[in-house]
Amino acid sequence: MSVIAHYIKTFTLWEFVKAHWLTLKYFFKPKATINYPYERNPLSPRFRGEHALRRYPNGEERCIACKLCEAVCPALAITIEAEPRDDGSRRTTRYDIDMTKCIYCGFCQEACPVDAIVEGPNLEFSTETREELLYDKAKLLANGDRWERAIAANIAADAPYR
Amino acid sequence: MTFTQWFQSWGGEAFGWFLATTVLILMIALPLMLAVAMIIYADRKIWAAMALRRGPNVVGPLGLLQSFADGLKVMLQETIIPSAANRGLFLLAPIITFTVALIVWAVIPFGPGMVLADINVGLLYLLAASSLGVYGVIISGWASNSKYPFYSALRAAAQMVSYEVSIGFVLISVVLWADSFNLSKIVLEQQGHVLGFFNGFGFNPLLFPMAVVFLISALAETARAPFDLTEAESELVAGYQTEYSSMSFALFWLGEYANVILMCGLNAILFWGGWLPPVDWAPLYAVPGIIWFFSKILIFFFIFSWIKATVPRFRYDQLMRLGWKVFLPLSLIWVFLVSGYLMLTRYGA
Repeated sequence: MSVIAHYIKTFTLWEFVKAHWLTLKYFFKPKATINYPYERNPLSPRFRGEHALRRYPNGEERCIACKLCEAVCPALAITIEAEPRDDGSRRTTRYDIDMTKCIYCGFCQEACPVDAIVEGPNLEFSTETREELLYDKAKLLANGDRWERAIAANIAADAPYR
Repeated sequence: MTFTQWFQSWGGEAFGWFLATTVLILMIALPLMLAVAMIIYADRKIWAAMALRRGPNVVGPLGLLQSFADGLKVMLQETIIPSAANRGLFLLAPIITFTVALIVWAVIPFGPGMVLADINVGLLYLLAASSLGVYGVIISGWASNSKYPFYSALRAAAQMVSYEVSIGFVLISVVLWADSFNLSKIVLEQQGHVLGFFNGFGFNPLLFPMAVVFLISALAETARAPFDLTEAESELVAGYQTEYSSMSFALFWLGEYANVILMCGLNAILFWGGWLPPVDWAPLYAVPGIIWFFSKILIFFFIFSWIKATVPRFRYDQLMRLGWKVFLPLSLIWVFLVSGYLMLTRYGA
């Protein structure tokens, strides 16, 4: 009997018909994907995106060239050179991040004692050339200026858990 | 006065005929290319919807212009010819595929009398011309001088040849019933075929299994999923197209989809009444035949895409088993059944 049933199933393509019924039901279901460039998924305040160097509200840059980020960076992506500024405060003369080396672990922002280097919420910074991914201090400070409100809000939102 | 006669009235006998035929060819080929573009879009949309994705939706309203954007992109690319490739054959292969995919449309009846070449052996011509399509694949695979295209060409040769055998037998049972190789006659023969009401050999219980076999063989013949072993990307990169770029790639692309539309059209013509409405009911004939034909093509294309979205790719031995050990005996038995039935009923025992 089961043999006959097997043959009937084979020749009526029963399994195929069942599978097609299933896919037809899926055809009319709402889509699972979001409409990406126009719709976005929510991001955690802890999201580790593009790096930025922040400033104090008075415009003074936060980084004091302690080089903790450079030391902790597991990918050796950060290069810092520093010397005293004219007013005697210690500041970086060079702060480069090689974004092609960076693994986005977030250790640099964990290490930073003054919340200067942070990984902001920006995740759309693809470039057409490799050279554009070798960030220098000017680029990082510009990022900080551009994303400051979002970064400050994220740090405030995450502060209770730190 | 027919279309050709109008041209002949001012252009002379031979030149007028030439001009009229050229215009008719363009009237088939250009809309066909447009249809290919839209059908690629439809394919991607249907496939996406069944995978709960959105599919192309950015270029133009609802993404309708996606294929044109892709076409433009492909056209602007550089044509790369591998240094070890056989230059002449390498460039000839896509041209063969594309040309063959176009010339078969000459015998397709779009409506009553709407056929470019109303030849008596239309079906035979169609079978012969579409078998030539495999040369495009084989030549491209060989001329690329690269291992994956070569494997793909071997597979394509075996696959298309195997399924053409059973397609041949399926066609024979249709031809026996229609008593003609002329596609227009085959369509007309289906008018009121079942109970004097249903238009289409597919409604005949004796021919319905052949309609299914033909549908599946058509998938294999056009190397579409689940029989797309010639371009199985996990094994063969992109199969015979691997070394192609730019327009030579686009010609394969266009040719392939033109073939898919052709197979959808053949399904409609051979089994589901071509340009006739599905049932023989007078008010339905108010709708022009070409619209019935196109909507049948679209339904079959939806089925093709539906199958592509549902069934995983066959393994090579499964493909060969299905072709030689299931379809071939089945269609052979059916030729016996159909001819026996016709012997008893139509021609007297």
